[in-house]
Amino acid sequence: MRPNGPPSEARRQALLKLAAGTAAFTVAGCGRSDDPHGALDFWAMGREAEVVAELLPVFHSRHPDIRVHVQQLPWTAAHEKLLTAYAGDSLPDLCQLGNTWLPELSALDALEPLDAAVASAGIARDDYFAGILDTNVMRTPGGDRLFGLPWYVDTRVLFYRSDLLRAAGHPQPPQSWAEWLTAMRAVRQLGAGKIYGALLPLNEPDPLYALALQQGALLADNDTRGAFSQAPFRRALGFYAGVFRDGLAPAMSASQISNVWDEFGRGLFAFYVSGPWNIGEFRRRLPRERQGDWATAPLPGPDGPGFSTAGGSSLVIFKRSPRKAAAWRLVEYLSEPATMQRFHALTGNLPPRRSAWRTAALATDAPSQAFARQLERVRAAPKIPEWERIFQAMQLTAERVVARNQDIAEATTQLDAWVDALLEKRRWLRTRAQAGDGRR
Amino acid sequence: MTRTGVVGWALAAPALAVIAVFFALPVVMGLALSLTDFDLYGLSDLSTVRLVGLDNYLRLLQAPPFWQALANTLYFVAVGVPVSIGLSLGTALLLNARVAKWQGFFRTALFAPVVTTVVAVAVIWRYLLHTRYGLINQALSAIGIDPVDWLGDPHWSMPAIILFAAWKNFGYNMVILLAALQAIPGELYESARVDGAGPLRQFTDLTFPLLTPTLVMVGIMTLAGYFQLFAEPYVMTQGGPLRSTVSVLYFMYEEGFRWWNLGYASAVAFLLFLIVFAVSAGLLRFDRDPAGSR
Repeated sequence: MRPNGPPSEARRQALLKLAAGTAAFTVAGCGRSDDPHGALDFWAMGREAEVVAELLPVFHSRHPDIRVHVQQLPWTAAHEKLLTAYAGDSLPDLCQLGNTWLPELSALDALEPLDAAVASAGIARDDYFAGILDTNVMRTPGGDRLFGLPWYVDTRVLFYRSDLLRAAGHPQPPQSWAEWLTAMRAVRQLGAGKIYGALLPLNEPDPLYALALQQGALLADNDTRGAFSQAPFRRALGFYAGVFRDGLAPAMSASQISNVWDEFGRGLFAFYVSGPWNIGEFRRRLPRERQGDWATAPLPGPDGPGFSTAGGSSLVIFKRSPRKAAAWRLVEYLSEPATMQRFHALTGNLPPRRSAWRTAALATDAPSQAFARQLERVRAAPKIPEWERIFQAMQLTAERVVARNQDIAEATTQLDAWVDALLEKRRWLRTRAQAGDGRR
Repeated sequence: MTRTGVVGWALAAPALAVIAVFFALPVVMGLALSLTDFDLYGLSDLSTVRLVGLDNYLRLLQAPPFWQALANTLYFVAVGVPVSIGLSLGTALLLNARVAKWQGFFRTALFAPVVTTVVAVAVIWRYLLHTRYGLINQALSAIGIDPVDWLGDPHWSMPAIILFAAWKNFGYNMVILLAALQAIPGELYESARVDGAGPLRQFTDLTFPLLTPTLVMVGIMTLAGYFQLFAEPYVMTQGGPLRSTVSVLYFMYEEGFRWWNLGYASAVAFLLFLIVFAVSAGLLRFDRDPAGSR
């Protein structure tokens, strides 16, 4: 190939910036500096990392002595990066952490407890949605400790086509599983088989998981064994598989639906279980004439309004950081209701503090209000490092039941055997800890 | 020891030391690690690491995800290696043909993909393979073939990866085969022509037998390389869709660095080593007795 002539000025500038960035990265990569007054290293992920820079000027004007260096991690590589950084002792001072990753890093004893700092800063813990805050509380030998402050929340609610539901004779969104089933059947009848009741992509574990946590615990024996073959999960899986068996939902994975918003707008399905980011997506992607035809509602439960998942990201401070006081100042600033409101305006991320919801953008926004109601009823996932794997395996089991007609009893027994084998180390650790206590 | 022996060892010592420190030691440590259950808990507290003997290997042999990864890898090797070497041989023969013009230019152009970075080129290939806007699907639609969801359909994801890998690697083998072709003395072809052998006969009875040692060498190198498939699925598909592009090495990476089961992941690495070793040894035997019993 022929070189494309001399580089333009813009390109030269870009190359210079790139070179400078690489150099800065190399220097930063040479291990954390131990200077207690050095710049704060803050790792954030995806879109949040881009947006947080816009929140920092106010922080700098309040704390001119603290410099912040934001490093952006892609979500797909963040988990590996955090673990390797721990192994190589090059973790940053503070980090945005998906709250399902907290158990792992607290098992590694990498996180700084925040109880004292929260108390002395006068942050009211009960201002946070209880289920969300709970995902940051871990059991330690010295008692329960708070290892992170929620930054934004994520949960699953129903997105539905209000016009289809009205036409099918159900003007109100369903509150219980039975009502939900009736509504889905009515919609199916209305469309003469062309409209599905719901879209539950077979590769997404969250909808089934939300239904399951409404029924009871998924792990037994102090989180050291699976409880998937017991009645609560079997009921949830039975309901989930039944929706597919009765033809109320298409047995498809997300990649087979090329564009969820198009299909929703076209009326392929009436219900969709999804999270807060889709409020913005629906507004952006549905045609204008459809904007009045969709709404959100809290998830139906077995016999009335149900619980849902407690997701989102937290802000954590690492134990080995030499700049914990400064890092806390930043966490404190980002946790102020006013900052959270600006953050919501910039990203659409929902705030975890009730006081931050007292703004017109959230309090009078109907789709967001369903989330506000749901957030009062969310439950934390089991707090063990292995949960993410179990979560994925659960969905593979469900996929086998739905797509290949495996018997529910057989499938869940197999899943439990796999989970028990996976958690063998936890049982051994517990026995060892108990033996250690006995000797003392 | 004789004087020359001492001198010999002294001269070899620097190289041996490097091999010992950077190859032998890590291999022994990896083998040792594969006999333990080193995991996330072990990372924070070494006293929780247990010696488990061959447990990791036994568990691995009973794990369906491992067998799926092995099957995916064998698919990639079984199709990818012949396609890749066939492409190399074909282009080498074309470049070696007496009528070929601008040989130097084509040799460089065809070798160019080898010196590019996998990650950068994979990103470009993702554009080429894009279902709606990709050049490949546009070319297909021009001859009336419906668009193929290359990286989203579990049936097409592996062929797409094979296509990419073959394109990326064929130039390397092409250069080696071209050198071997040029080393065949021209007189042999002259006498073959005098004996009345046509181009096909010249290839099957003259070029191919003389090329066999090089082909076996190229085969072993490609095989060993293709068994270690990782960067392509890592960049292009992340193992999906439906785990159809999870290779053994990708499986090892996930176990080791995503879930941090380093003991288990080391066992995967050793099993892969044994497989590659066995297959290469089989090919080498073929080299010693190239034409079978003939």
